[in-house]
Amino acid sequence: MTAVLEAQGLGKRYGKHWALRECTVDIPAGHVVGLVGPNGAGKTTLLKLASGQLEPTAGGIAVLGGRPVSGRAQLAKVGFVAQDTPVYAGLSVAEHLRLGARLNPRWDAAMARERVARLGLVPTQRAGKLSGGQRAQLALTLGLAKRPELLILDEPVASLDPLARREFMQGLMEATVEHEFSVVLSSHLVSDLERVCDFLIVLVDSRVQIAGETDRLLSTHHRLTGPRRDPDRLPADQHVVSASHTDRQSTYVVRTDAPIHDPAWTVTHLSLEDLVLAYMEKHVADTRRAALEVRR
Amino acid sequence: MEEPVIEFHLDARSGVSPYMQLVQQVRHALRLGLLREGDQLPTVKEAVARLAINPNTVLKAYRELEHEGLVAARPGVGTFVTATLTDTSLAAHGPLRLELQRWLAKARRAGLDDESIEALFMTTFRTATQEDIA
Repeated sequence: MTAVLEAQGLGKRYGKHWALRECTVDIPAGHVVGLVGPNGAGKTTLLKLASGQLEPTAGGIAVLGGRPVSGRAQLAKVGFVAQDTPVYAGLSVAEHLRLGARLNPRWDAAMARERVARLGLVPTQRAGKLSGGQRAQLALTLGLAKRPELLILDEPVASLDPLARREFMQGLMEATVEHEFSVVLSSHLVSDLERVCDFLIVLVDSRVQIAGETDRLLSTHHRLTGPRRDPDRLPADQHVVSASHTDRQSTYVVRTDAPIHDPAWTVTHLSLEDLVLAYMEKHVADTRRAALEVRR
Repeated sequence: MEEPVIEFHLDARSGVSPYMQLVQQVRHALRLGLLREGDQLPTVKEAVARLAINPNTVLKAYRELEHEGLVAARPGVGTFVTATLTDTSLAAHGPLRLELQRWLAKARRAGLDDESIEALFMTTFRTATQEDIA
């Protein structure tokens, strides 16, 4: 199976500022990929590079085996739903579908009509009069009816209420079963992605901190609590993600493929949210350490 | 389409992975006799549309149940119950519960409170499970 997204040392710079740097990831097809990180981490930049709206400053990126900016055939394979699921306020629901039909060579008119009917959207209604949830569903319908091999969604549910969020994700997941396409979606909230993603990329301050299948990430990360111990006395195959110490106690989040047998540790399971937070903390700690070393 | 016999639900705070929650819910329904041989489980599409979860989560749960010999997939049709859990282990529950009650009484007499009992049980349980794996 070809990779849905492959990046090698990918970077994008605006003036002096790197929005994304040294990004190397390899995402196999058939996944729902969550791209998570704080606001301003570079999520939108990565998604725009993947959909061909930006050209890289450094490195390379291939999407579904092709270059994102290589032309119409590539554009037809990749759907993009931009941040806040924009629609044309002045156009009606039906006009959106007509526009979609005209712009997309693989447009699935029957699916679009059926979806709009099921959602209870009135075809003559102007998009500007729709609720936030309905607008998002309309934008999703346009993305789905394009029948892409990869659908990219940038913070699709950020501005939606909990019920609309849920309905949006239900529609998206149902469509992945029916039409078998890959999905990459971003959010600054892990809770939005936890149930729907089986592959996760954590992006902090323009760098990928970790990427991998969710199940694998969860089974290789552990929280260890026990008597105080210095990190250099941990086994070499335990990579420290985060650490905190009191006089007597140490708490580590480690990544390791091997089981942890040391009876001194109480080993606890991490939730996906804990895991992402550990990497965000790691980044903050690394930055502080670097700043201190410079000052010395 | 026929109404599914059971509907899944997920508890985000249980600490149990979503796929395992689905497996447990099917097992539970089998034990209670809610699901019987020949019943159809919700299709992947139904489960995904209801719970807003990744399809692979449902597939993984169904594969696990298939591996346990509880269900079988009929390609293009759905996943059906092929076994029952009601008679096999239920008979053993009574005596086991009795032993456990005795043990609990003993633990209380030794001065353990609820939390200590739970901690002792969980560490022993985990150690035993780990030894099984190792």
